[in-house]
Amino acid sequence: MSAVTVYVPCDSAALAVGADEVAEALAAECARRGLNVDIVRNGSRGLFWLEPLVEVATANGRVAYGPVQAEDVAALLDAGLLAGANHALGHGLTEQIPYLARQERLTFSRMGVTDPLSLADYEAHDGWVGLTRALQMDGAAIVQQVLDAGLRGRGGAAFPAGIKWRTVLGASAAQKYIVCNADEGDSGTFSDRMTMEGDPYMLIEGMVIAGLAVGATKGFIYIRSEYPHAIATMTTAIRRATAAGFLGDSVCGSGRAFELEVRKAAGAYVCGEETAMLESIEGKRGIVRAKPPLPAIEGLFGQPTVINNVISLASVPLILARGAAFYRDYGMGRSRGTLPFQLAGNIKHGGLVEKAFGLTLRELLFDFGGGSRSGRTIKAVQVGGPLGAYVPESQWDVPLDYEAYAAMGAVVGHGGIVVHDDTADMAKLARYAMEFCAIESCGKCTPCRIGSTRGVEVIDRITANQNRPQQVHLLRDLCDTMVNGSLCAMGGMTPYPVLSALNHYPEDFGIAAPDRQAA
Amino acid sequence: MQIDLGTVRNIAEAHRQTPGGLMPALHAVQDALGHVPDAAVPILAESFNLSRAEVHGVVTYYHHFRREPAGRHVVQVCRAEACQACGAEALLANAEKQLQGCDVTLEPVYCLGLCASSPAIQIDDKLHARVTPQRLQALLSQLEVAQ
Repeated sequence: MSAVTVYVPCDSAALAVGADEVAEALAAECARRGLNVDIVRNGSRGLFWLEPLVEVATANGRVAYGPVQAEDVAALLDAGLLAGANHALGHGLTEQIPYLARQERLTFSRMGVTDPLSLADYEAHDGWVGLTRALQMDGAAIVQQVLDAGLRGRGGAAFPAGIKWRTVLGASAAQKYIVCNADEGDSGTFSDRMTMEGDPYMLIEGMVIAGLAVGATKGFIYIRSEYPHAIATMTTAIRRATAAGFLGDSVCGSGRAFELEVRKAAGAYVCGEETAMLESIEGKRGIVRAKPPLPAIEGLFGQPTVINNVISLASVPLILARGAAFYRDYGMGRSRGTLPFQLAGNIKHGGLVEKAFGLTLRELLFDFGGGSRSGRTIKAVQVGGPLGAYVPESQWDVPLDYEAYAAMGAVVGHGGIVVHDDTADMAKLARYAMEFCAIESCGKCTPCRIGSTRGVEVIDRITANQNRPQQVHLLRDLCDTMVNGSLCAMGGMTPYPVLSALNHYPEDFGIAAPDRQAA
Repeated sequence: MQIDLGTVRNIAEAHRQTPGGLMPALHAVQDALGHVPDAAVPILAESFNLSRAEVHGVVTYYHHFRREPAGRHVVQVCRAEACQACGAEALLANAEKQLQGCDVTLEPVYCLGLCASSPAIQIDDKLHARVTPQRLQALLSQLEVAQ
């Protein structure tokens, strides 16, 4: 009998709920029973409430079981796991699980399907197609494709990637750099981590294409120290891609060089800000730089530098492979393509949902997320990380689109969505936002460094009802200073969660309904 | 405690030619010694042609670098928003209580990237997600610690 292929994910989120133990139990139990299995450690499909999600390859497709614990393995094998038989933990064909079937997986099409480090798997699933096309184009033509696709920075700022690339292409310098910002510090986000752990060659391919486009020969991936698995996988992937000729002195024999290096961050949230990140890669304290000069003109080591988020760069191979129009045809308004939304926090079905821009928070929360995990009413949803606004139910039908969100004082950001049920104390969360800013501020500008500490104190006085109306006024004034006077988004956006909490949930601050208008 | 400064010298030597090599060097020192001792600062400063103040500034800027050795185990409890929404604060309080007097470094961490499986913790190199108070208690009880 030929070996049956069984997939057990190696994504951090699967490992954190026992995937290694499941893989070990499966191997041991199959050996004991004389069953011939080939266990592949794939990436995660992103259906995290089902992790560890074990899949078995059958003639009809891959059949899913989850969440599987090591102690379930024997019973699953008894029930006919290797034939894809029914079981209480079974979910039928993976591709037909509604959560997955309803998505538009463009960037994440290989996620959880392949063995992340297998070059053969990557190639068999449309890998390197974009690079092959890019190698036949000149830099300006590649940049034009990215511009035409309407790709905007997925790190949160949503700046058109093509414009950045064009600036670097137009700059003349002996050395240019591509820097991938993988300092994914936002709570509620994990799409960068999944990409690096689950489909690392896609990021490498995107970075090589960026290098070819702008004439950069060296790239850095700055990965947070909290992501040891991502660091390990990316490092191995770079080594293998170099050995296979996709990186190095002559990319695919083209005579054009591009090399890549991983740099490990050290736990400073503000290093997700692009200029602080450059300082950190240069071996310094991660202090934000004043702009101008733009990094595209004077970036890493003073040279022209493209800085993009993991997902921005990972979207590039597909754009080159399928053409700008294919990508641009997804989305709405000026938000083109798809965004891997990340459903997190108190949500029943937390995970990764890649969809075109334009769907609503309500669809994500209920059609995908299935409501809160606690079963209680959802009270507030923070969209776009710790610097994103809390979005109340009255706004859940607004389409997820950069402009529509900006219009209501919120941000789509990196696509992180953190759900809080009705036990959440919004004043406490607003205080936490200020506290977090105080802990993580780089200290260069006063509104952020001092304002965050004063913010904590003011919120404490509001909740303790010490001169509340005056303190509310003071908090608003402080937030205004932080928004308009901070050097970067750390201080400049901390008021988003604070003010949205105050505006939409004044009762949590002890402000009764009549004060609502003033608040 | 004996500090192996020879190791620090070798690391400094290995990274001094690397552009921006101080960060990789500090990581290497911490990986080798478990922390970045103050005695390593002048050695690194000399290798990288920096002042001691500059190296000290970098070491103390980043949360990841420790200037003192950690306890026998390191327990990190995520207290970012997604984990807060799933009971992280109570988890941290429980851990504090259970680990009182133990040779364990307990510290908050701001996001382990397991936000769809909150609350998350890390014990030494191992991640744990969907951690209930019972599970936390069981995990911490397994640690070999001097009371």
